[in-house]
Amino acid sequence: MTASTGRGLLHLAAAVDQPDTYEADPYLTLTRLAERGALDFVTLGDSFGRPGPDALAVLSRVAPATARIGLVPTVTTTHTEPFHVQAAVATLDWVSRGRAGWRPEVSATEEEARLFGRRAAAPAAELWGEAGEVADVATRLWDSWEDDAEIRDVATGRFIDREKLHYVDFQGATFSVRGPSIVPRPPQGHPVTVVDTTQQHAYDVAARHADVALVNAAGPAQAAAVRAGLRRRAAEYGRDPDALRVLAALRIDLGGGEHAAVPGHGGGGPLPSDLGPLYRGGPVDLADLVTAWHRAGAVDGFHLTPVVPRRDLERLVNGTVPLLQHRGLFRTFYPGSTFREHLGLARPANQYAALAGDLS
Amino acid sequence: MTSTAKQPKPRGRRQLNKHIHLAAHFPGVNNTTVWTDPRSRSQIDFASFEHLARTAERGLFDFFFLAEGLRLREHKGRVHDLDVVGRPESLTVLNALAAVTERLGLAATVNATFNEPYETARRFATLDHLSGGRAAWNVVTSSDAFTGENFRRGGYLDRADRYTRAAEFVATARELWDSWTPEGQPRPFAHTGQHFDIEGEFTLPRSPQGHPVVIQAGDSPEGREFAASAADVIFTRHGTPEAGRAFYADVKGRLAKYGRTAGDLKIMPGVTVVLGDTAAEAQERAAGIRRQQVSPQNALLTLEQIWGVDLSSYDPDGPLPDIDPVVDSGLSQGRTKRGDPRAVAEQWRALSRAKGLSIRQTVIETTTRQSFIGTPQAVAAELDEFVQSDAADGFILVPHLTPSGLDEFVDQVVPLLQERGAYRTEYTGTTLRSHLGLKEPVPPAREEGLTA
Ligand SMILES: Cc1cc2nc3c(=O)[nH]c(=O)nc-3n(C[C@H](O)[C@H](O)[C@H](O)COP(=O)(O)O)c2cc1C
Repeated sequence: MTASTGRGLLHLAAAVDQPDTYEADPYLTLTRLAERGALDFVTLGDSFGRPGPDALAVLSRVAPATARIGLVPTVTTTHTEPFHVQAAVATLDWVSRGRAGWRPEVSATEEEARLFGRRAAAPAAELWGEAGEVADVATRLWDSWEDDAEIRDVATGRFIDREKLHYVDFQGATFSVRGPSIVPRPPQGHPVTVVDTTQQHAYDVAARHADVALVNAAGPAQAAAVRAGLRRRAAEYGRDPDALRVLAALRIDLGGGEHAAVPGHGGGGPLPSDLGPLYRGGPVDLADLVTAWHRAGAVDGFHLTPVVPRRDLERLVNGTVPLLQHRGLFRTFYPGSTFREHLGLARPANQYAALAGDLS
Repeated sequence: MTSTAKQPKPRGRRQLNKHIHLAAHFPGVNNTTVWTDPRSRSQIDFASFEHLARTAERGLFDFFFLAEGLRLREHKGRVHDLDVVGRPESLTVLNALAAVTERLGLAATVNATFNEPYETARRFATLDHLSGGRAAWNVVTSSDAFTGENFRRGGYLDRADRYTRAAEFVATARELWDSWTPEGQPRPFAHTGQHFDIEGEFTLPRSPQGHPVVIQAGDSPEGREFAASAADVIFTRHGTPEAGRAFYADVKGRLAKYGRTAGDLKIMPGVTVVLGDTAAEAQERAAGIRRQQVSPQNALLTLEQIWGVDLSSYDPDGPLPDIDPVVDSGLSQGRTKRGDPRAVAEQWRALSRAKGLSIRQTVIETTTRQSFIGTPQAVAAELDEFVQSDAADGFILVPHLTPSGLDEFVDQVVPLLQERGAYRTEYTGTTLRSHLGLKEPVPPAREEGLTA
């Protein structure tokens, strides 16, 4: 379990995004590489607004060819159907045998709205409110089947105990869903919800719904403050703050030899860039940065986006990770099989089963 | 000698050279699927999908097929509990199956009413890229307020609107699939029509098949017309030789007015097969499966679907009800209707009286007879004859057991079809289009405008 100081398990994740890549193999190569480094999970971004394949599809394609690593596609919630979104994420959990996550995102541009022609573009703040509702209805639909709903009772001829299936009757501001889901409860109960708070307006959704929050920070002190703030907000929403993992988002450019280009850059902290904090230097100093932040209890881990996908991920896995392992900070193998187990997060109780228990 | 010479030359198989196409249907959420059998495994675990897909690929099948239902079926206002229920989302499963198969086509059923063209076209194009050209889309149009309760869109479309929407949906998807230049540059599209008014850029280059294969499953005149104009394959229920030939002639006859030829649209009925070492053993096994499919509870339920009223006080081993059915009672939701209930009830009562059958026996007798029952040799010959006589171009095989239900067929019947020269002995192409012998859609010329 992660202690509240953040000095528990270190969690590492990497982005496997690659420009102009539509076939499976390059994604498979990077994910396998990340899995060789025993990383917690990989992410793959997605947007209707720029070229690229459907991210959830790509990671489904990758799932049977990998064994342990968590798989987190971006899934947009603005122009999609919440019912389809939850079914697809639940299915990713089934085909990966408990390794699915999802990173909700919104589509706020006029261009994206015109691709669908169903609703006008809306402000991101409003759309993140809706994304929160989608996250909410998703967990309800995942719970709409209790784990032991399938009974195969030959004597009564019943395949399921329908008392263990539940309507969700969700009424949101912009949509409603009756339920139950068409997909039985996924192996993890709830696939892992990753919210990128570096997106404006996503902060509250993270505090309320995220299992993993990605944050921007220039140094360990700032990171610690952001983490504390998120945990506080999560507690205000009635959540256990220890059930939230906060990872610093960091772009990494490991092209410059063994050590940092700027002396002290690694240990001192990343440089600001247009796309968020950037570490530029070698794998050794990156290990120092990770170590320093982790020892300071600033964050629960890092989400790393390689600037040059293959090169930087290779250096991370071959250079930085072994050092962290050697220092006893990072796992050398996966003791668990599900993504939640990597994160040290419990399998959630079913909200409807709990309800039924209270009544009896 | 002379008399034989006067006869027309026998229609030699190898000269006809019509190759059978085969597809594997993952067992569905209805009582064709037997879950009580000790060999029955999970409907959900990926291992089950992998098993059937690998079996199909071992049998050199054209494609693997997944159905879809967007709301759990209900009976008497409650979730129906007697049949297998619950399944993973199709496209996600197929993307995963692309990792464990190499040549097999991968077909997903995706509704045109509760989806939007941009997202659907993108998901199929992605599958086509990730599978190296093996994607197929079964465009269904089921649309009712009951299913709509799970969606933003909600509501209901009547049949005419369903098919105009589906036709425009597919046409729009094709515009998106065609939108990038052959050199791999995105090019803007714009579509304005009755149902969709959209514009922008697609996020994927042209996929390996150009357009994923389009399948249609629906039987009304509107459905047939839609298939004739836009589909590559029809998944039909007409699985008997007579009905098959009539359907085949009807649908192929509609092609010319769309500038298409008979080979452009493949007719594949969904069929079931039961094998045995002797004809008698096959019949016995078939009867055993039918008894498994129609449990006492299922027999009453089937009757209630027709009668439209609660019949739980009836004995499944007793006679049929004397009362008349209530039409449109709404007792059952989310399943396809069987025709005029009063006529069906009358037929069934007559049958029961004539043969002295109980409720359960009547249901077994009327609803679940398998399409092909016999020794592997007999079944292979019948399948071949079915196709050579233009009752179909191939079959979507619906096994009753998950996931091992096609093991025997692949081991025992496929080699015989190959011996007859009626079936491929290897995959000659890499794409589903090539397996089906379908033309590659021609990309629009560079200077041609993309605006519809
Ligand atoms: C063989 C067959 C398979 C079908 N499979 C599905 C399915 O998986 N999901 C679905 O929603 N509808 C399915 N349908 C329903 C059709 O898409 C269509 O909505 C229905 O047949 C009514 O259209 P029609 O009036 O043209 O017959 C199927 C229909 C047929 C004939």
